[in-house]
Amino acid sequence: MGYSNFLFLKEELSLIAMIIILLVYDLFGSKKSLNYFHPVACILFLAHTLFNFFPTGSIEAFGGMYIDSPIGDVVKTILNVGTLLILMQTSNWINSENMLIRRGEFYIILFTSLLGMYFMISAGNFLLFFIGIETASIPMALLSAYDKYKHESAEAGAKYILTATFASGLSLYGISLIYGTVGTLYFADLPAGIDGSPLQLMAFGFFVVGLFFKISLVPFHQWTADVYQGAPTSVTAYFSVISKGAGAFVLMNILCKIFSNLVTEWQSVLYVIIIATITIANLFAIRQHNLKRFLAYSSISQAGYIMLGVISGSAMGMTSLVYYILVYMVSNLAAFGVIGIIEQRTGKLTVNDYNGLYTTNPRLSFVMMLALFSLAGIPPFAGFFSKFFIFAAAAQQGFYVLVFIALLNTIISLYYYLLIVKAMFINKNDNPIEPVKSDIYTRISLIVCSAGIITIGLISAIYENIEVFSFGV
Amino acid sequence: MEITMEYYLIISTIMFFAGIYGFITRRNMLAVLISIELILNSVDINFVAFNRFLYPEQMEGFFFTLFAIGISACETAVAIAIIINVYRNVRNIQVKNLNKLQD
Repeated sequence: MGYSNFLFLKEELSLIAMIIILLVYDLFGSKKSLNYFHPVACILFLAHTLFNFFPTGSIEAFGGMYIDSPIGDVVKTILNVGTLLILMQTSNWINSENMLIRRGEFYIILFTSLLGMYFMISAGNFLLFFIGIETASIPMALLSAYDKYKHESAEAGAKYILTATFASGLSLYGISLIYGTVGTLYFADLPAGIDGSPLQLMAFGFFVVGLFFKISLVPFHQWTADVYQGAPTSVTAYFSVISKGAGAFVLMNILCKIFSNLVTEWQSVLYVIIIATITIANLFAIRQHNLKRFLAYSSISQAGYIMLGVISGSAMGMTSLVYYILVYMVSNLAAFGVIGIIEQRTGKLTVNDYNGLYTTNPRLSFVMMLALFSLAGIPPFAGFFSKFFIFAAAAQQGFYVLVFIALLNTIISLYYYLLIVKAMFINKNDNPIEPVKSDIYTRISLIVCSAGIITIGLISAIYENIEVFSFGV
Repeated sequence: MEITMEYYLIISTIMFFAGIYGFITRRNMLAVLISIELILNSVDINFVAFNRFLYPEQMEGFFFTLFAIGISACETAVAIAIIINVYRNVRNIQVKNLNKLQD
């Protein structure tokens, strides 16, 4: 084994190179050249995304420590695109007057967290997996506390770091017990030693609970709404899309690869959790007035739908899960883009403020409507197809009652998504939000998101290309 | 008297659950952080004990412990930085003062 193994880490290396370039640029760039920091970062990240756009073959490096599977590459590409969109939506907030002094770190922290997710996805050993999950979650705590002078932001950061470390402590305790019973940490050797002894079941419980915290499933969701509301809006978008998508994929990857002997056990655990997640999150979402808090509960219930792909444990489940992440990403980012730009320009964030938005901002309210229709799953938008595939995957494995309950919940979710559409288009308001002029970056990202919402469901090639790479139990 | 693996595991289990108890009941953010450290350190003891007594021919558990210690140090550093930031905003680090975000 030589240093040539490092060359297999193509995506990670190019991201690290980009982080170093940005760090040096931020440190030594003259004041005038730093005006171009945001475009340079966007272009570099776009180059990184395009460079790693297509999945490579399956590779094992460092003696099985690092496993690069094609489906992992697909997920990484989706995360890249999402991060690029979020990066474009931040431009307004990060280039504002009082953020200028700590602008450079934001990009570096954001990309470091993305790097952690890469390692999480391609880990072949619990050590690398743990390092990845921590590299992803520690920077996210920093990001949520980024608005230093706002009480809400500090509070969100404190709540996040305390719950995240607690969750990873639980996860670690599970890993240590698994190590004690099996004697190895390599994913390739672990399945042979997993036989479902009581100690292993307990270890499995601790480990999964830690992951459930990260994906914020009920009953481990209490931190979500607070952190989502307190964090800066673009960071909230990052939390709800990128971190949740990576976490869901990793959960399925690990359950299928390592705990395939315990498949009946984790299916029964997930069965209860999915019902609780979807129902409780939907009921809580109805009574929210703050839009960020509302989207937090909506994202918890969406995570419940994503888990339908995990519970099926089949190749079709994994395909529909990755597809769902992609669709959920474009829809949610469109909604967060609109909320972010309106919050930045006017500071208004509640549903009542959005009354009569259509009269003053027809285009923004149209994009918001597309996003909410897609999240609710109304055909012909992409959200309908992703929900359809994920229900089909679960029904194929015989979870008919579960799918039926999820379908009922779709109707509840339709109600609260349409409440906002009603506020924007039908409700009268004497002094609605004045016309908002968005900058070029936000505009491009919203256009990309809307195009994604409309076209992803209609282009079947996307689903078929993901299907080639996926695997099940 | 020979000290067997069980003694180490009993200690680590007590530490772990004491940490969980502290995390839930403590009202000061630094005390909560200390409880989390208890959890993380109990994991380290677990790993080292398992490695030493059950799989002495390998080093995996020892290495995991080293990394876990390093990462928990990072977590603590970040958590303390955020707690200091909270202190600057509200002049207090009691958990009950984190009440601006709620339903």
